[in-house]
Amino acid sequence: MNALDIRTVLREELGNIAPEIDFNSVDPKADLREALDIDSMDVLTFITAIHTRIGLVIPEVDYPKLMTLDGAVTYLSAKLQPR
Amino acid sequence: MAEFRMPSLGADMEAGTLVEWMVKPSDKVKRGDIVAVVETQKGAIEIEIFETGVIEKILVDIGTKVPVGTPLATLRTKVEAEAGVKEPAAPEAPAIMPPPVPKPAEAPPIAAALPEVSPLPGRLRASPAARQLAQAHGLDPTTITGSGAGGAIVLKDVEARLASMPSPPPKKPVIGLDLGAMRAAIAAAMARSKREIPHYYLQHQVDVTGCEAWLAERNAARPPQSRLLLGALAAKAVASALRRFPAFNGFWQNGKFEAAPAVHLGMAIAIRGGGLAAPAIHDADRLSCDELMAAMRDLVQRMRFGRIRSSEIADATITVSSLGERGVEALFGIIYPPQVAIVGFGKVVTRPWVVEGIIQPRSILTVTLSGDHRVSDGHAGALFLVEIDRLLQEPEKL
Repeated sequence: MNALDIRTVLREELGNIAPEIDFNSVDPKADLREALDIDSMDVLTFITAIHTRIGLVIPEVDYPKLMTLDGAVTYLSAKLQPR
Repeated sequence: MAEFRMPSLGADMEAGTLVEWMVKPSDKVKRGDIVAVVETQKGAIEIEIFETGVIEKILVDIGTKVPVGTPLATLRTKVEAEAGVKEPAAPEAPAIMPPPVPKPAEAPPIAAALPEVSPLPGRLRASPAARQLAQAHGLDPTTITGSGAGGAIVLKDVEARLASMPSPPPKKPVIGLDLGAMRAAIAAAMARSKREIPHYYLQHQVDVTGCEAWLAERNAARPPQSRLLLGALAAKAVASALRRFPAFNGFWQNGKFEAAPAVHLGMAIAIRGGGLAAPAIHDADRLSCDELMAAMRDLVQRMRFGRIRSSEIADATITVSSLGERGVEALFGIIYPPQVAIVGFGKVVTRPWVVEGIIQPRSILTVTLSGDHRVSDGHAGALFLVEIDRLLQEPEKL
């Protein structure tokens, strides 16, 4: 899964939570909670969706690393890197 | 013979539009079955039936708007069905008994004040979820072939259509709600509350550092779908505290307070785009934290897709409103009549706190109570908030 695929997954899963958001206008460095107006329940829904979709269990302590689009791409790319 | 009537889904509801029948004549139904979908100011609501029997006659067509209390269908209750002498298996048109004619004279007086009946265009049968998905993608539902009962369009029909389309159109807000109508409903309920209920307000700061540590440890070993949020602990603490403080759980009706035998916790849920609803989690005091968390997630999810059931909208016995991790430290709610209390949770903040004589940074959650002075006083309210605090100091026992 490359960075482009990851971005697509992120957009789709975040889009399910905040359907009216135009991701082209979201600053990839902005805090997603602010940019998308999502709460802790939405964040958990997002983390759960990532788990369901790509099988990656993201621990709670790592949530802050996923709170921007760029951060999430970096984090997921590293985790999904074949070793 | 029993009548299934348009239910009242809150003090502010006067009428509803029938958008879908999930049953047809001669169908067997039991208490709790979803028999119809009604469009209200709160969105499309799945309506449950409260009697067991056999549907006899559908009295209101799809697309018709009728006042609360209007008979929607007749059913033969279980006892009648058993007593019915050698009725054929499918009693669609019993020759012996002419179908009852609904008595228009019995229409509630409210009818006079209502706007005229406005049928929806066509007689589209589609589930709320299908309707919303279609709307979200700008699809005309009448162009979709339904595979559900009676040709009703169900979610998978819309999904199949979307999958077959060359490229999905840009997403629009998934809001099947008329937010303007919802705002009007909120305004009506809140204006009534402020007019009729003598509110008093209390606030208390609760140290939830222990809760956070307990949650972090517990969640570390669990997959995302089993993780708990502080909101679930807070809701559970409220539900448990109500056992000792029944004066905050129930309804003010007909000039007096009636304590509710069960705790149905209304959860205020913000709707994207600017709406608010507070569907209930039934028997919240009897659920474990895990069960309560699952119920909250389910409710938020169904709220988003318009699959809220009538009993959930109508029967909350108290409301809890949480600001979540963003926002401000405290909120003072307005009681949703005929309830008599609303508990508010603000955002958790780190504050210098004195613990055993030493100043340390602690996580502080401000909990508030808006109470109805016709039913309780600040004294009891204060003890109620302190009980919530006490329960939150021992999250493992919640």
